[in-house]
Amino acid sequence: MSDISAALAEALRLIGGMDAQLAQIVLLSVRVSLVAVTIAALVALPLGACLAIARFPGRQALVAILNALMGLPPVVVGLLIYLLLSRAGPLGEFGLLFTPTAMILAQAVLVTPIIAALSRQVIEDAWIEYEEQLRSLNAGTVAAARTLLWDARFALMTVVLAGFGRAAAEVGAVMIVGGNIDGVTRVMTTTIALETSKGDLPLALGLGMVLVAIIIGVNLLANVVKLTAQKRHG
Amino acid sequence: MMLPLNLKALCFVVANRPIIRDMSCEITAGPKTVILGPNGAGKSVLMRLCHGLLHPTSGSVAWHGRGRQAMVFQRPVMLRRSAIGNVIYGLRLAGVSRKEAESRAAHVLEAVGLTAIAQRAARVLSGGEQQRLALARAWALEPGVLFLDEPTANLDPNATRDVESIISAIHASGTKIIMTTHSLGQARRLGDEILFLSDGRLVERAPVDTFFRRPKSSEAVAFLQGELP
Ligand SMILES: Nc1ncnc2c1ncn2[C@@H]1O[C@H](COP(=O)(O)OP(=O)(O)OP(=O)(O)O)[C@@H](O)[C@H]1O
Ligand SMILES: [Mg+2]
Repeated sequence: MSDISAALAEALRLIGGMDAQLAQIVLLSVRVSLVAVTIAALVALPLGACLAIARFPGRQALVAILNALMGLPPVVVGLLIYLLLSRAGPLGEFGLLFTPTAMILAQAVLVTPIIAALSRQVIEDAWIEYEEQLRSLNAGTVAAARTLLWDARFALMTVVLAGFGRAAAEVGAVMIVGGNIDGVTRVMTTTIALETSKGDLPLALGLGMVLVAIIIGVNLLANVVKLTAQKRHG
Repeated sequence: MMLPLNLKALCFVVANRPIIRDMSCEITAGPKTVILGPNGAGKSVLMRLCHGLLHPTSGSVAWHGRGRQAMVFQRPVMLRRSAIGNVIYGLRLAGVSRKEAESRAAHVLEAVGLTAIAQRAARVLSGGEQQRLALARAWALEPGVLFLDEPTANLDPNATRDVESIISAIHASGTKIIMTTHSLGQARRLGDEILFLSDGRLVERAPVDTFFRRPKSSEAVAFLQGELP
C-alpha cells in the first residue's frame, strides 16, 4: 500500500515538475494522434457523407462492412501496417517502420472506419430532415454532402473527438509498428505498458493520469462547445 | 415558359394505399391556383409530385419545357447558418455569383420585412419568421413556378396580410403561383381558381367565385359548410 502511495506521490511530482521525459512522451503521443485523426477525418467525413446521401447498389453492404470495421482489433491493424512497412513489404523501401510516421499511419487506419461509420449515421439522420428541401433547391449529391457536413458540424466534432480518444488510448497497433523505442516512438500507452511490467510505477502512473486527463478534457471541451453552439445556432 | 403543366391519369400509391387517384388536369400560366381540401386529402403530395420530389406510381406529370421552380414547404427546413446565409445558399446553388447573391438576398429580405434579423441564426427564428424566410429564399430564385404549401400557417394576422401581399407581388412579377391553404378567407382573397381535392381525387375545379358561391360536388359543399365563423 505504501508502495503505491509513494509511487503516486512520485507520479504527481513528475507531472508537477514537468519532467522532461514525461513531457516528451506526452507531446509525441498528442502529435501522433492529432495528425492521425486529422488524416482520418479528411478521408472519413466525406466518405461518411457520401454513404449517407448517395444511393447505389451495394450501399447497404458497404455500410455494414464499415460498421464492422469499427471493431477492428488494434493489434491486427498494427500487424497489417507492419507487414506493409517491413523491409520485404510493398512500402518497405521508405524505411518507415519504427518511426512516428508508422504510428500515425496505424492510428489513422484504425480510426478512419470509426469516424466514417459514426459520421454516416449523423449525416443520414440530418439527410432525413433536409432531403426534400435540398432537392427542391437543386442540390446534387456532392453539394448536399458538403452542406450536411457543414450543417452537422457540431455533432461531427464530437465524432472526430471520439476518434481522437480512441487513437490516443490505443496500445497494440503503435506498439507493433512503433517498436516502443526510447525517445523516438515511445508514446503514453506503450510506455505505461512497458514501465508497469518493469515495475517502474511512478512514470506509468503519471502518464496514466495525463492520458485520462487529456481524454476527459477533450470531451468536456467538445461538449461545452457543442452546447453553446447549439444554443446559438439551433 | 414551362407551363401549361399537364397531369395525365396521375396516381401515387404507397404500400397499396392510393394517395393520389387518377388525376388529370391542365394547369395553365396566369391564374393563382389554390388547392383546397381537408387534412390528408393529398394536397402536399400532389405538389411534391408536380415539383418532382415524388415520382408517380402511374400516369405522368408533364411540364411544357424547362424552367426554374421553387417550393416553400409546409415545414420549411432552415440551414444552420444566418437568415441571409440561407437565401444566399439557394442562390449560389442556382449558379448566381456571390456578389449578386448577396445583394439579391438583402433585397428580398427587405421585401419580406426580415432585414432586422438577417444576421441571426436561421434555425432559432420563430416559426413565422422561418416561414417568411423560406418564402424569401424561394422568391430570390425568381422561379417561373412557385409552390406554396400553407405559406401562412404559423403567422399572426399582420404577418399573414404581409405575406399575402408578397405573394401577390410575386405573382405580379410573372411567377405562376400554386398554393394550398386552410384559410378559406385567404383562398377567396388570393385565389383565381380552386382545385378541390378530397381523398386523393380532384373532385372539383372552378374559378374562385363559382367555387364559393355554387360548389357542385357534395364533398365541396360539406367542406365549405364546415367553415368556422
Ligand atoms: N411519404 C409518404 N408515405 C406514406 N404516406 C404518405 C406520405 N406522404 C403523405 N402520405 C399520406 O398521404 C395522405 C395525404 O397527405 P398530404 O400530406 O398530401 O395531405 P394534405 O392534403 O397536405 O393534408 P394537410 O392539410 O394536413 O397538410 C396522408 O394520409 C398521408 O398520411
Ligand atoms: Mg399538407
